[in-house]
Amino acid sequence: MAIVGDFFRHNLTEFLHDSPSAAPELHVLAVDDSHVDRKVIERLLKISSCKVTVVESGTRALQYLGLDGETSSLGFNSVNVNLIMTDYSMPGMTGYELLKKIKESSVFREIPVVIMSSENVLTRIDSCLEEGAEEFLLKPVKLSDVRRLKDFIMKGKAKEDEKRSLKRMRSIDCSPPPSATCSTISLPCDPSPSLLSPLSSKKARL
Amino acid sequence: MDKTHSRRQVAAIKHSLFDQGYLDEQFIQLEELQDDANPNFVEEIVTLYYRDSSRLISNLDHALERNPLDFNKLDTIMHQFKGSSSSIGAKKVKAECTLFREYCRTRNGEGCRRSFQQMKKEYATLRKKLETYFQLARQAGPQETAFPPK
Repeated sequence: MAIVGDFFRHNLTEFLHDSPSAAPELHVLAVDDSHVDRKVIERLLKISSCKVTVVESGTRALQYLGLDGETSSLGFNSVNVNLIMTDYSMPGMTGYELLKKIKESSVFREIPVVIMSSENVLTRIDSCLEEGAEEFLLKPVKLSDVRRLKDFIMKGKAKEDEKRSLKRMRSIDCSPPPSATCSTISLPCDPSPSLLSPLSSKKARL
Repeated sequence: MDKTHSRRQVAAIKHSLFDQGYLDEQFIQLEELQDDANPNFVEEIVTLYYRDSSRLISNLDHALERNPLDFNKLDTIMHQFKGSSSSIGAKKVKAECTLFREYCRTRNGEGCRRSFQQMKKEYATLRKKLETYFQLARQAGPQETAFPPK
């Protein structure tokens, strides 16, 4: 597990330092069963200079990530996804179920997952955040939501990467604590009308 | 064709769509996603919406013919319809969807049927107005949005 984690961290470092002057592209995997919403989220993300992969179901998302058990997982984030945005209410596998599967994966559990929903249900929001969702967005998602999210993810990744580089330099053993099942990036809370509860500030796992 | 006159017409139609509550802020959000590379984005999204809507309306029609009514299924279908209506800013249609879902929750079959009829009317009206709007907008050519960008 440590080896896989290391590989992922290594990919992140490369990702962030490859083009120091140009802003690196975030690759977002968006999941939604609504054709209209898929098209809108794709546009929102492209306008925000993100690379986008859109799929119509949780099953397809797992297939894409190599987590469906059918294709043998390569053991690392070969598709280089940096953020997953998923609708909550989908036939078959809900966004919540997809979130759980992602957090169960040693390769993908560190990828932030954002849940989108048209319904403002507190118990739903709570259980998603409990399960490790980064954020819960109310639909319809706005451009300002996506921009804020992107900044948040980029900052978090830069901080995490810095910490990891420093630790590596000091040759401190940084094998992950055995009890951690989900990790979210620690960032200052950003008050916003579309955020329904403060961003969880669980410490980043290092 | 006098472009200035066309543009004024387009702006007038758009104003009335908002004033009369057919469209809400989300429509403007979509317009802000348009640019020179994607000049017809809103119309493309709305066309997708019509396609989805036809399918969902047809499903609802069939589901409402059953006896007894499966309110959970009706609610699920309407949830999807409400979602896409919300995504394009179809304010009145969305309100009827909400009402329909409330009737589903209270297991009121008659209420569902009435609300469904009303929703279809709102949808047809909106569709007609939008079709006119987009047609005129295309003829008038690129123009500033009636509402200044935020």
